[in-house]
Amino acid sequence: MTLIKTTYNRRSFLKSGSLAGGGMILGFSWLASCKPTPEQVSNIPKEWFDINSFLKIGDNGMVTIMSPNPEIGQNVKTSMPMIVADELDVDWKNVIVEQAPLNTDIFQRQLAGGSQSIRVGWSGLRMAGATARHMLVAAAAEAWQVDASEITTDAGIISHTGSDKSASFGEMASKAATMPVPEEVSLKETKDFDIIGTDRRNVDGPNIITGKPLFGIDIQQEGMMIAMIVHPPAFGLTYKSMNADAVKSMPGIKDVFPIEVYKDDTEKQWSDGGAINKLVAIVGESTWQCMQAKKALNVEWEESSALESTKGHDEALTKLLNTSSKQPARNDGNVASAFKKADKIIERTYSAPFLAHNTMEPMNFYADVTAEIALFNGPIQTPEFLEKTLASRLGMPVEKIDIEMSRMGGGFGRRLYGTFGVEAAVISQHIQAPIKLVYTREDDMTQGTYRPTYKVKYKAGLDKEGNLIAWHVKGAGSNDDLLFENRFPAGAVDNYLAEKFSLETNVTTGAWRAPRSNFVAGAEQAFLDEVAEAAGKDPIEFRLELFDRVIKNPVGEPESNDYDPVRYAGVLKLVREKAGWDGNQKNGAARGVSAYYCHNSYVAQVLDMSTDTKSPKVTKVWCAVDCGIVINPMAAKNQIEGGIIDGIGHATYSEMTFENGQPQHKNFDTYRLIRHKEAPKEIESFFVDNGIDPTGLGEPSLPPIIGALANALYKATGQRHYNQPFITEKSVIG
Amino acid sequence: MANFSLKINGQTQEVDVDPTTPMLWVLRDHLKLVGTKFGCGIAQCGACTVHLGDNAVRSCQLPVSAVGEQSITTIEGLSENGDHPVQKAWLEEDVYQCGYCQAGQIMNASAFLKRNPNPTDTEIEDAMNGNICRCGTYTRIKKAIKIASSISNA
Repeated sequence: MTLIKTTYNRRSFLKSGSLAGGGMILGFSWLASCKPTPEQVSNIPKEWFDINSFLKIGDNGMVTIMSPNPEIGQNVKTSMPMIVADELDVDWKNVIVEQAPLNTDIFQRQLAGGSQSIRVGWSGLRMAGATARHMLVAAAAEAWQVDASEITTDAGIISHTGSDKSASFGEMASKAATMPVPEEVSLKETKDFDIIGTDRRNVDGPNIITGKPLFGIDIQQEGMMIAMIVHPPAFGLTYKSMNADAVKSMPGIKDVFPIEVYKDDTEKQWSDGGAINKLVAIVGESTWQCMQAKKALNVEWEESSALESTKGHDEALTKLLNTSSKQPARNDGNVASAFKKADKIIERTYSAPFLAHNTMEPMNFYADVTAEIALFNGPIQTPEFLEKTLASRLGMPVEKIDIEMSRMGGGFGRRLYGTFGVEAAVISQHIQAPIKLVYTREDDMTQGTYRPTYKVKYKAGLDKEGNLIAWHVKGAGSNDDLLFENRFPAGAVDNYLAEKFSLETNVTTGAWRAPRSNFVAGAEQAFLDEVAEAAGKDPIEFRLELFDRVIKNPVGEPESNDYDPVRYAGVLKLVREKAGWDGNQKNGAARGVSAYYCHNSYVAQVLDMSTDTKSPKVTKVWCAVDCGIVINPMAAKNQIEGGIIDGIGHATYSEMTFENGQPQHKNFDTYRLIRHKEAPKEIESFFVDNGIDPTGLGEPSLPPIIGALANALYKATGQRHYNQPFITEKSVIG
Repeated sequence: MANFSLKINGQTQEVDVDPTTPMLWVLRDHLKLVGTKFGCGIAQCGACTVHLGDNAVRSCQLPVSAVGEQSITTIEGLSENGDHPVQKAWLEEDVYQCGYCQAGQIMNASAFLKRNPNPTDTEIEDAMNGNICRCGTYTRIKKAIKIASSISNA
């Protein structure tokens, strides 16, 4: 039995009045239109008892569990409450999940990003459930005048061993709510989990398939108007003037005015990212009327900085890679002398373009700013930081700012940067009415915050026996220096040099699903494939030899290497077994392999492509994952499948390019995203069962698949692919 | 502005709007039927798919003035209790991640299965190719369509 002190974030477990009972200031009623099923109606308790901030128990045994983190499709709204429910020992069918209010004093890290929700939330969620269970047991012990150690719980029933006394959680809830919060609670052994590790369907599924209002863009409120923005058509341009009067008289248009998103004295947060500060706002009665006004509006822009182009970015990155860094990020041994001794040297350069996030739900936010209070609702990955910026920008104390977190139609990092929330606030304050700001797809795709464009150059040296004796990597990106210098193969090569460079541009960039890893993994794993080939070794064997070196005799201090070589090798061995890898092509398919570690999880993949048609297609992907304990295998596999399809899609088809500062793709007619026909025919996922505390899954399956794809493409076509999107490199996929 | 009498989900609805207004915005802004989603506005992503009669159409490119007597079905009206075979299959397969595109996927899939109750994999891919899922749930969508097909034929 694991005993854990509850002092850790103890405020969460202290009774907190109506907080868990939906004590939000606003209490949006937009879900009121959802007709409850007859089963739900009969399940509604007469009275709820708050046990702690995470849960309340009804007199009929129903349990409401608050899901603390924003939901962007990573399924935390199901998996986080599952952790609470397991430690509470309640039957999952008696659980109702609600989105928690924003309160970072009580809930930890209410942020969706970096695949960290489960990893960071794990202990606190378990403790919330275990603390409540302890209080139910203590209540029963007191009521029955028996020792708590003689009491057991199972699926919402409390029983006394040695007598026939038993009670449901519902019967004991009112008394449990009055029990003192324990100083220390016991947590379940992993073998005793009965909800964690089982398939549980998405709690919002029934609402999604019936079109219920769930997303920020679905918000409707009495008196609400629609707002749109017009931003400069190119990076390097800024607002000068417009013909507002001609547009103000159009039907349904309430006002057209320039806005300053941030004032000079606004205290910005990191999440304010690369905002465009001067915009034009259009407010009207309906979306279509605002769209018409947007088309009719003539805005004059003026140049404020250079108008950049893709060609210029490419040349500048190449130039950076031809320079040497005065302070390498990591330098083991002596790369220069090792290359002199090498039998074979391989040098390759890889590149990738800017990418837009393209969440299917465009940026939007609801704001109702009055002198007394400011109410917000919408899709935001970083509500805590947005709240701080809003307080500063509106000159109101944080207590007067209320943000509710709607379900998000995708995030991928874009909604970490909540400038649209600030825009909504400024527009609502100006117009003195509630508004819903909605971006068009074109606004969304052309306003920036892109995945940076990257280039990386690798140079490897092999001795006569095919051993890797030198590794030199130089990475560069726009407003980003790309490399993780202490990741593999650092620690596996005696002579290792990593240099990184950042190119300053006015094209704004931000985190995009698996930042930096989303490019560098594919490049590194494709390069390793070439190096293994040059060494005359099987690509899996070649990697395992390197991990073996790190396990037995790592270069540098073991702590300096940012990965666990045993777990890394473990996923490679698992995928080798599952895919039946023997280095040969199977059933006429071309195979590629790849492995990568990021966001605390290990992933290895084998990808098969058909070679019998003119254009090769991805037929199957095997994916081995070590993310420790898997909370919800069905949902975990969904994340893995999504990451794989996302990675294949963006590496193959997608790019954002620029001319004279202007984004050259504005909508899905020319910005290509992967579609049904191009997706793998089959994806099979396997998990390492090791009982280690869980880590994240929203990102780790994406980065390596690009390497597996490139390696399979080489087998299928005989051509190596170095520049994304691969579709631009002659051979056609899918 | 003009008055239109529309047959939506089995009911007659009156709206007074600009005749060029796409049905997408009539549904979302004027009738508060927000299950139909805005994704691109240029018929490239399929998020706004509804049924016009028995056909799946992109409501972002369907002006209200072009609807006339034809009946419109949205995700809210696909079934009384969320139990259309396609909806049941989506639940069974736990298809969605963010869920935003799924109303459009479901509306396209349900119209397609009505035309072709026993589709092959290739026919499914062809029929669904106009609906983008940014989360990448394509393999599950395909499985769910097959499940729906077997439910319908059972």
